Amino acid sequence: MAEAVAFYVLSAFILGFAVLVVSAKNTVHSVLFLVLNFLFVAALYVLLGAEFVAVIQVLVYAGGIVVLYLFVVMLVNLKRPPEAHHDPHRRTRLGFGLAAAVLVELGAIAAYGAVTPTVPIAAPVGPMTGNTEQVGWLLYTSYLIPFEIASMLLLVAMIGAIVLAKREL
Amino acid sequence: MIDTLIIPLLKIAVVLNATLVGVTYMVLLERKVIAWAQSRLGPMRVGPYGVLQPVADAIKLMIKEDITPVRADKWVFTIAPIISMVPALIVYAVIPFGETANIFGHPVNLYIAKINVGLLYVVSVASVGVYGIILAGWSSNSKYPLLASLRASAQLISYEVAVTLTLVSVIMVAGTLDLVEIVKAQEAKGLWFIFVQPVAFVLVLIGGLAETNRAPFDLPEAEQELTGGFHTEYSGMRFALFFLAEYANMIVVSSVVTTLFLGGWLAPFPTILPFLTIVPGWVWFLLKSFLFLYLFIWIRATLPRYRYDQLMRLGWKVLIPLAIANLVVTGIVRVIVLTWLKP
Repeated sequence: MAEAVAFYVLSAFILGFAVLVVSAKNTVHSVLFLVLNFLFVAALYVLLGAEFVAVIQVLVYAGGIVVLYLFVVMLVNLKRPPEAHHDPHRRTRLGFGLAAAVLVELGAIAAYGAVTPTVPIAAPVGPMTGNTEQVGWLLYTSYLIPFEIASMLLLVAMIGAIVLAKREL
Repeated sequence: MIDTLIIPLLKIAVVLNATLVGVTYMVLLERKVIAWAQSRLGPMRVGPYGVLQPVADAIKLMIKEDITPVRADKWVFTIAPIISMVPALIVYAVIPFGETANIFGHPVNLYIAKINVGLLYVVSVASVGVYGIILAGWSSNSKYPLLASLRASAQLISYEVAVTLTLVSVIMVAGTLDLVEIVKAQEAKGLWFIFVQPVAFVLVLIGGLAETNRAPFDLPEAEQELTGGFHTEYSGMRFALFFLAEYANMIVVSSVVTTLFLGGWLAPFPTILPFLTIVPGWVWFLLKSFLFLYLFIWIRATLPRYRYDQLMRLGWKVLIPLAIANLVVTGIVRVIVLTWLKP
């Protein structure tokens, strides 16, 4: 009961801040609402018993990536007027397309959830106890290949950034 | 009821008050120590030897006029000092001041929370503190605070990488992220981690100085270039919050370094000098933390400020490669110990 109340309260905050992110006039304000959104998502992870993921969510997203967003938003001139040749309908069509895609995805997840039985949360996996140990165990056993692919992607992105930033190598 | 609600609330009240009083007295200590280093007396007028100076400072700052610049972003300008103060305080939730103490015949753990991601919690909460500085500079709508806040955030992000990478090698030795368990691991080994991970100790100490914007890394507050720094437009109590947050962060860094490298609440030389364990653990913890606080002030009185490019070079070209090398060496030694030396 208490868990359900906490879930709905947190979800309401997450959705509210998400709406504020897209509706805020000032870009810096919308980045700040994004930070609050991430913090509440971290609280949701804590509710699920996934402390490690929650802390990483705060460390990587709220504390790392959004700081870089802020840098970009603060340094880029946002007061530039929209370009004259811009087609206003194009953006509307794109928005409707994306919204439809998300709706289909949500429907698919709901349908999938209705057919498959629910898994008990935070069931212990592998020979380890403790949240961090279990995440580590899964990453280096069942999910080894996705983990390696993700790290390769990050490496490629890093090299790409260096190549773009450096004029002559 | 008493164990789940009243005792934790009392602990939070005690820790918060002790921290805030400690922070105000850190200001006095800093003024005194720097004065002595420069053959001056420091504050002497308020109370004997100036011991009531923090009270006078607090009253002065509270009754000062609180100015918000006209062109400032009012909301962000107001919450920025709060954002920089709150992370510095909530870190204390996981710091173990001692193990268990009997208070009025009731066993009480001398830490507020024992969570299995304690060290990561400290790092992630500290990473949120950057927002206070960035937003203060941006919302002031003034060029010097903006420049200072960009400097500060670039500095904090750079040194955060080095410190976090270094902490990984400590975690590998301890085998846990829980700060209480890290101290217990040092007790079981019979060796403080400063002797196991000397490189990591130096790296975390330097990184900690940079993360708290202390001399010689106090570029965000370089008065000569920036007319004060990211808090130029702030006055009264809001300015004081930034000031106090800096000192609170210093106490956090000292406590974390004590916990990780100096055995937290453990008494030194338990086999050679066993009578030292009579002194309660929290006294040892406070003594060891005080050592680092004094070191910070001593460094400020001694070293000149770095130049910005020197600071960035030190962070990215010295500290981060050293942290990675330390990590690799620790990993190799650990594998050797676990596979060959253990039967």
